[in-house]
Amino acid sequence: MSARTVLSESDIDRTLRRIAHEIIEAVPLSNELVILGIPTRGALLAQRLALLITGITSEEVAWGSIDVTLYRDDLATGGHRTPAPTQLPPGGIDGKVVVLVDDVLYSGRTVRAALDAMTALGRPRIVKLAVLIDRGHRELPIRADHVGKNLPSSHGERVTVSLRESDGHDTVQVVS
Amino acid sequence: MTSYLITGASLLGAKTADIGISEGVFVDPKDVAGKRGTTTLDASGLVAFPGFVDLHTHLRQPGGEQAETILSGSQAAALGGFTAVHAMANTTPVADTAAATDAVWRWGIEAGYVDVRPVGAVTKNLGGSELAALSAMAAGHAQVRVFSDDGKCVHDSGLMREALRQASRHGAVIAQHAQDPQLTLGADMNDGALASSLGLTGWPTVAEESIIARDVLLAESVGARLHVCHLSSAGSVEVVAWAKKRGIAVTAEVTPHHLLLTEELVRGFDPVFKVNPPLRREEDVMALREGVASGVIDIVATDHAPHTPESKECAFPEAAFGMLGLETAFSVVLRALVEPGHLDMAGLARVLSVRPAQIGSLEGYEKPFAVGQPAHLALADVTAAAGTPHGSLSTNNPFESWDLPGQILHTFFAGTQTVLAGELVERESLGTNKGRRS
Amino acid sequence: MKHLLGTQDLSKDDALRLLDTAYEFSAVAHRHVPKLPTLRGATMVNLFFEDSTRTRLSFEAAAKRLSADVMTFQAAGSSVSKGESLKDTAQTVEAMGADIIVMRHFSSGAAARLAHSGWIQAGVINAGDGTHEHPTQALLDAATLRDAVQDDPRGKDLAGLHVVIVGDIAHSRVARSNMWLLNTLGAKVTLVGPAELLPEGVADWPAEVMSDFDAALDSQPDAVMMLRMQNERQEGAPRVSLTHYVRDYSLSSARAARLSTHALVMHPGPMNRGVEIASSVADSAQSVILDQVRNGVSMRMAVLYELWGARS
Repeated sequence: MSARTVLSESDIDRTLRRIAHEIIEAVPLSNELVILGIPTRGALLAQRLALLITGITSEEVAWGSIDVTLYRDDLATGGHRTPAPTQLPPGGIDGKVVVLVDDVLYSGRTVRAALDAMTALGRPRIVKLAVLIDRGHRELPIRADHVGKNLPSSHGERVTVSLRESDGHDTVQVVS
Repeated sequence: MTSYLITGASLLGAKTADIGISEGVFVDPKDVAGKRGTTTLDASGLVAFPGFVDLHTHLRQPGGEQAETILSGSQAAALGGFTAVHAMANTTPVADTAAATDAVWRWGIEAGYVDVRPVGAVTKNLGGSELAALSAMAAGHAQVRVFSDDGKCVHDSGLMREALRQASRHGAVIAQHAQDPQLTLGADMNDGALASSLGLTGWPTVAEESIIARDVLLAESVGARLHVCHLSSAGSVEVVAWAKKRGIAVTAEVTPHHLLLTEELVRGFDPVFKVNPPLRREEDVMALREGVASGVIDIVATDHAPHTPESKECAFPEAAFGMLGLETAFSVVLRALVEPGHLDMAGLARVLSVRPAQIGSLEGYEKPFAVGQPAHLALADVTAAAGTPHGSLSTNNPFESWDLPGQILHTFFAGTQTVLAGELVERESLGTNKGRRS
Repeated sequence: MKHLLGTQDLSKDDALRLLDTAYEFSAVAHRHVPKLPTLRGATMVNLFFEDSTRTRLSFEAAAKRLSADVMTFQAAGSSVSKGESLKDTAQTVEAMGADIIVMRHFSSGAAARLAHSGWIQAGVINAGDGTHEHPTQALLDAATLRDAVQDDPRGKDLAGLHVVIVGDIAHSRVARSNMWLLNTLGAKVTLVGPAELLPEGVADWPAEVMSDFDAALDSQPDAVMMLRMQNERQEGAPRVSLTHYVRDYSLSSARAARLSTHALVMHPGPMNRGVEIASSVADSAQSVILDQVRNGVSMRMAVLYELWGARS
């Protein structure tokens, strides 16, 4: 088994800053914007993006988490785990521009589950998707609006995202 | 009738010798060796026992033939090394008349595998209020010598005293199922902390001990013999020990399952472990084993209680009480009494054959292997693993998943081979029906 | 977890996982659409051999919130009263598509018997068996306690809490299940009842057992759980006079006034107002009885989710 680092701590920082600028450009009215991360690491990234955007615009940005465990389509084959918290910001998501955030985009099924979960929580005006890594191999017609890095990979490889808040350090590695 | 020369058997685990069988009785092996019509059986490595005698069996016929018949029960008995069983009276209808006990006796002869000794009920219809016709049953063809309301307790002291007196006149014994009904209403398992945790109604040991205490004094007052069925508690052993010390003519039995199983097995709520009296604590099991070792408990009796699947395919409180026992008795006694050193092979023969025959007034078992005596014999491989039971019609065997020692390979009933190499001999192939009690 | 039969053998890890999952599920009730697709395609059958409206409805609500299909079998007037065995009833219900069987039965051990019998493949949830266990009740009680005492209850146990349970302990499966679970979660349990209603052999139980309710109240417990006087489960005539019981074992307003302000008043329901609990106490600010009902639905959702995920 070998691990190859594809993004270092400074790479990740630069990438998130770029995505933050892209979001600001795409959503000019900051009171319309809600950043919703998919736990665990998507939610951590959502929080970072919100802070970065506030750092640039000096405006408060609404953010939260949306858990997809109970909407997965693979519960029968072992996708069973304890649900993580779903915490919406005080203003909710009705009529908002929601930017869903996840660490890795792969088959697209997690994002599909998130879209399903959102229908029970409200009705956003627009939903966009921001991911740190897009590793290809989509099984559903889903694409990200903001991508940190495109990382072509094979099915045998694993893409591991580590974040300071959950794992003690920031890296993205490919393990084969 | 075939003659047999059995070679190289270890008699009760002691000296190795040959055994001769001819015309239904034991003979000097030299008299059959080399003769025409003699079948030779190599028994080297096997232990020879006198045929076992069960003082407590339920054969269910008449009325309960779905669970067992006299034929299937006899076959189960033969596979377990038994040559005589006492069939309890709680059939449908109850065996409380000479006609009923004689019918059971005849069915037993027709089956042909073991001596079926009918037990007569003490009270009419087991109702506990009117004595049955004890004298008539004792005088009938079956010559009943054991009376019991087993399944129920003879609770009325006046009736019990009178029954003891009458039985005594015929040289018979009353076998009491000691269970005070007022103390065990709705009871399903041993009383105590476990019953409270599991939410099941408890059967306190005092319900057994108090009846035994009363009965031994009643027996003393009329000078009669008393036999106590299936002791289940340390306290009961103490009461019987006290009575014997006092000179009272009391005998006692214990089942194989009470020597090995405890109430902990009820935690899973599997009704195969539901039995009357119930499984109790480890301390009780140890006291019962020591009771056999010291002779306070005279015999092991199976209380073989077959049940149809539907009687146990329900929640614990609704299930019927009872376990199979004929086919596993020998193995359980090896594990519970012989292996820990409470009994040697001679002791096993005493508790499973000689003494039960004595208590039931059954002749022919006083001297194992003695020339001239009926050839009741079991040959066992005590080192082999026990086989799987396949004689009884029912399957409520609590030892299903246990690794028990000992296998009965050959059984001879009055010189007729009933079990050959661990398999039943077909009914058509059994010898002629000779060799009843003399 | 293929079955949920009781709390006596429930590990602390499993218990906490159920409590945490139920906590997440409780948020669903407040949503725009209080429904999840998680158990779509699953069939839950309520197999009730004993009367119960509340528990049955609670399980029904839980199943429906998860988009499962629900069937209900009630014993009275059914094939069971015509002599159909437990085995046949269970197999028939499974043949009609049951994935999870929720059973309430009058015999202790019935759920365990069914689960281990080999007659069915479905998961079994014990909704109350005789006087033995009622695990979902204990779990929802523990969840209610935890939520009231902790700001963020996730991952937390009940260490340091003292709970007093009062009533017909001998015949109460709720008392037993609560005692085992509270103990596992680190709480101290005191069982209170008249001597006639305390079971045998309780010296080995992981609880203090006493007959003096007022003395138990003096120890300033964190919660008092009142049990319903069980008229229908005692053999023969009730052995305790109602007047005597109300005088010595009822949570009157006078007794409730002696509780510390943070102490909770609990009751598994249905209540006999004026018997084991005074009306005013049942409706007081300290009463979390309705929270218990709410938590009952989310806890049963968590249990259904857990069993659904465990099937092979």
